[in-house]
Amino acid sequence: MRKRTFSHRPPAISRRIAAHPILSFPPRPEVEFFFESRKLKGLADEPIAAALVANGVKVFRVTEKMHRPRSFFCAVGKCSSCLMEVDGRPNVMVCVEPLKAGMKVKRQVGRGSLR
Amino acid sequence: MRSEELAIVGGGPAGLSAAIAASELGVSPLLIDDNPAPGGQLVKQTHKFFGSRSLYCGTRGMDIAKLLCDQLARSPARLWLNATAVGLYPGRVLAIAQPERFHKLKANHIIFATGATENSIAFPGNDLPGVYGAGAVQTLMNVYGVRPGQRVLMVGAGNIGLIVSYQLIQAGIEVACVIDVLPRIGGYHVHAAKLSRLGVPVLTSHTVVEAFGAESVEGVVIARVDRDFKILSRTKRRLTLDAICLAVGLTPLTELLVQAGCRMVYVPELGGNVAWHDERMLTSVPGVFVAGDLSGIEEASTAMLEGRLAGAAAAEAVRGRSPESCRIIEQAQADLACIRRGPFGEKAACGKSKLGSCVSAV
Repeated sequence: MRKRTFSHRPPAISRRIAAHPILSFPPRPEVEFFFESRKLKGLADEPIAAALVANGVKVFRVTEKMHRPRSFFCAVGKCSSCLMEVDGRPNVMVCVEPLKAGMKVKRQVGRGSLR
Repeated sequence: MRSEELAIVGGGPAGLSAAIAASELGVSPLLIDDNPAPGGQLVKQTHKFFGSRSLYCGTRGMDIAKLLCDQLARSPARLWLNATAVGLYPGRVLAIAQPERFHKLKANHIIFATGATENSIAFPGNDLPGVYGAGAVQTLMNVYGVRPGQRVLMVGAGNIGLIVSYQLIQAGIEVACVIDVLPRIGGYHVHAAKLSRLGVPVLTSHTVVEAFGAESVEGVVIARVDRDFKILSRTKRRLTLDAICLAVGLTPLTELLVQAGCRMVYVPELGGNVAWHDERMLTSVPGVFVAGDLSGIEEASTAMLEGRLAGAAAAEAVRGRSPESCRIIEQAQADLACIRRGPFGEKAACGKSKLGSCVSAV
C-alpha cells in the first residue's frame, strides 16, 4: 500500500469556545510547539490532542497495514487510538499528555519508531 | 515493599466516596488515580443531577466533583495522582506507574473503582477521524474548551447521547440529529424534550449505514431499521457533517479484577463481564472490593453509593464492625435499592440480581 499524505488546513472558524452559558475557561499561557515541521500555538498543559484539534489537525496516526488515518476516540487515556510520537518517543497518548513549549509532535506510522 | 491497609484504585465518584467513607471509620486509605486531578468523569458533567438531596440533586456533576475532593482533602486519606495501576500480582501487590517512577505496593484490602470505557459500533468508516466517543467530545469541549466539530450526528438516545447533544449546542456546535436503533428513546424524556424544543430531530429505529470521507468524516449515511434491526435501503439518506459521536454504551474496565483472579460473570444488563460481588461489594477474592461502573454500568449517583458501601465494608474488614459502619452500609444499601426501584434503574437491578442467582449456581 502506498504511503498516504494528509492535508492540514487551519480551521475557518475558531475551535476555541469563547462564550459558554455555564462554563468559563481560565486563561492559560500560550505556547509554541511543532506538529510535523509546522510551528503551531497551543495552551500550556492542555492535552496535546486539544491543541491539535484547536489547530484543525484531525489525523493523529496512520495504521500499520492499511495506512488508515486515525484520531482520538475516548480522550481520557483508555483506548490508544491517539498514539503519536512526542519528542522522539512513540506511543504517547496525546489525549492525556500535557502540552509543553517546544514539544515536537509527529504523526505515528504503525508502531512508530524510537529515535 | 511499601504496605497499605486499604488502597483504592480510581478517583472518580465511586473511589472518592469510598475513600471518604473509609476515612469516616478511622481508616486512612491510599487513593490512586491516573489523572492529574481527581474527580473522574464528573469533571466534564455540566448538567445538574436528579435524585434526592443526599445524592446532590440539583448540583452539576463538576461541582459534585469539587465537593467530594474537598471532603477528601479534609480526611486522613492520601492521594497519589498521575499514578496508573498497571498490574496486580499475587498477594494483592499493586504495580503502579507514575511518569518517572514505578512502585510496588502491598495492600491488605483493595477497592477497585476504575470505571468504564466507551463502546464503538460496527459500520464502514467507524475508524475515521471524526468518529468520537460522546464522552470524548464532552471532555474536549467542557474541560478544555475546544470544539472537535462543527456539525455532529449523535448516535444513541440514552441519557449520555441526549445530555451530550444539549451540551454540544451549548458549546456552539450544531447537532444534525440524534438517532437510536431502538424504537424508543432510552434516556429521560426531560432531556429529549429540551432537544426537541431546539429543533433537533430525535430519530428512533435509525442506524448508521456508513461514514465517508477521504481522511476524516465528511458525511454519514443513516437509514431506518425494521423490527429485526435490518436496514431499510430505500430510507437511506446522506447528511453532510464533520463529526459522529457514539453514545452506545460503556464497558466495565475489569482487567485488574481478572488479574486478581476474581470470578467474572457475563451480565449484558451490567455492560458485559463484571466481577461477581456480594451486597457489600466484596468480590470472590478475599480483600478485593469493587464500586461504580466497573461493577456494572449505572450512573454517577449509584457509583457514589456503591463507593460509600465498599468503603465502609472495607473499613469493617480492617477495623471491625461498629455502629457507625453498620449505619453507613445500611443507608447506602437502602439508597441503592431506592434508585434501582425506579423505571430507569430496572436494568441495573435486573443485572445485579443475576449476580445474586450466580451465588447459588456455584
